[in-house]
Amino acid sequence: MDYSGIFTYMHSEIVLIAVIVIAFLYDLFATGERARKAFHPLMCVLMAAVAVVSLWPWPSEGGEVFGGMFTYEPVHAIVKGILAAGAFIVLLQSDVWLSREDTAHKRGEFYILTLSTLLGMYFMIGAGHFLMFFIGLELASVPMACLVAFDKYRHNSAEAGAKFILSALFASGLMLYGISFFYGTAGTLYFSDLPDRITGSPLQIMAMVFFFSGLGFKISLVPFHLWTADTYQGAPTTVTSYLSVVSKGAAAFVLMTILVKVFPAMAEEWRAMLYVVIVLSITVANLFAIRQHNLKRFFAFSSISQAGYIMLAVISGTAFGMTSLIFYVLIYTAANLAAFGVISTVEQHSGGKVDMADYNGLYRTNPKLAIIMTLALFSLGGIPPFAGFFSKFFIFAAAFSEGFKVLVFIALLNTIVSLYYYLLVVKAMFITPNENPVPAFRSDRSTRISLVLCIAGVILLGLVSSVYDGINAFTFGM
Amino acid sequence: MIQMEYYLIVSTILMFVGIYGFITRRNLLAMLISVELILNSVDINFVVFNRFLFPEQLEGFFFTLFAIGISAAETAVAIAIIINIYRNMKNIQVKNLKNMKW
Repeated sequence: MDYSGIFTYMHSEIVLIAVIVIAFLYDLFATGERARKAFHPLMCVLMAAVAVVSLWPWPSEGGEVFGGMFTYEPVHAIVKGILAAGAFIVLLQSDVWLSREDTAHKRGEFYILTLSTLLGMYFMIGAGHFLMFFIGLELASVPMACLVAFDKYRHNSAEAGAKFILSALFASGLMLYGISFFYGTAGTLYFSDLPDRITGSPLQIMAMVFFFSGLGFKISLVPFHLWTADTYQGAPTTVTSYLSVVSKGAAAFVLMTILVKVFPAMAEEWRAMLYVVIVLSITVANLFAIRQHNLKRFFAFSSISQAGYIMLAVISGTAFGMTSLIFYVLIYTAANLAAFGVISTVEQHSGGKVDMADYNGLYRTNPKLAIIMTLALFSLGGIPPFAGFFSKFFIFAAAFSEGFKVLVFIALLNTIVSLYYYLLVVKAMFITPNENPVPAFRSDRSTRISLVLCIAGVILLGLVSSVYDGINAFTFGM
Repeated sequence: MIQMEYYLIVSTILMFVGIYGFITRRNLLAMLISVELILNSVDINFVVFNRFLFPEQLEGFFFTLFAIGISAAETAVAIAIIINIYRNMKNIQVKNLKNMKW
């Protein structure tokens, strides 16, 4: 048997596994004080290397390994690269939190768990069989539960961990139940063989609904979103940003590939289902976001509504939709990580302040952070010169060109609502007076690097049109 | 020989007993047990479909083996988190997990 494909088509996975092993061994054997200090820079450099290796579209045509269990397409390289870049920025922002007394001895665990979830997402993206997909999904969500409950002595963290793991278990149970009926009706679980045997019989439609609700939990779409706000609020802020960006982006991409490639025969059914879910996600999340005072909860609801926007690309089901989905995830990553970077660094330097009222008058004491937050919020809201406008534009165009005119109109109306609550934060920072705002401080170097990277992404990604063209060149064959 | 439908009835009952338990139980461990019922019903489904409909292949059996292994890993993590909650607040009733709402 020919195993050479493992080293070409699976090269990014192998590099990531190597980095996990390095992190494990370093954590085990490098115990000196200077070695511990070097741990964080080392991991950041390695993670950047993983991002570059993943993004490099090296095997320029697709292929499969392990008899079709694992597939590779050039577009996977783009998505994996974006996810790895997001994980790299999260690692950059994690240093201050990980240097705290109660977490310092668990630093290595954080790296290993984070990279394991990333590896799970890689396998989920590359899956060519429902078994591989399921294993990847679980590899992405079980270590994530450990990360959410990482602050062992904080009650909220444990509570968030319990809510997350029980919802995740329940969701994967539902999803497996759906998959079992696919197996019963089709007799195979390979993505390449399934489309021919899926006819859209009632049993298969029921199976698809179960499957979709399982995956909807991971993307936190509205009927399945109830864990999101609590988990986001209780988890450590670094983990929250990772959860809101990287795992959501991976799940959205996988949902689109599976729906389009495996269930084309049931397009009418899943489009009807997605229609309802999108309207609910965007509207309900926007309305709930307005009444939040805790910024982490606020961004939880914001991320639910952003997930609804991402689903607009999925419902179109075209190559154009795929391009705009990847583009949206890329820009959402930059903007959301910038916002969470600010939240995280303010929280660390002010003794745990994450309420919106604490941000009153932030501009007077920390003008740079306030401006970064503002740019990120403008991008999330979709104000023209920033990247968020272009990503929203492409997503709307993708759905519009497939004839979902009313849906796009509802989404547009909701953009106005979302602009209102994003601007509430801006108002708090710039206009609302405050007797004792968060005192001025200087963030550590790696957080500053990450914020500069994110802001560069927010400003440049939309204006430099070659980024979009670059993604488009790879999704063409979809 | 017992027909396939009987197995499917058992697995469906298990599935919905699990869902009912997950929603109504007020103890974290009982909720975990309910989820395990759901996962077990899935295992039964896979094995039955494989045995009765596609006896010449092994895909369903393998899926069951992997699903059992992974659900064991998930349960281990869930129990670790529940133990941590117990250490923090000395009980595992859901009604005490109310710091964060709405």
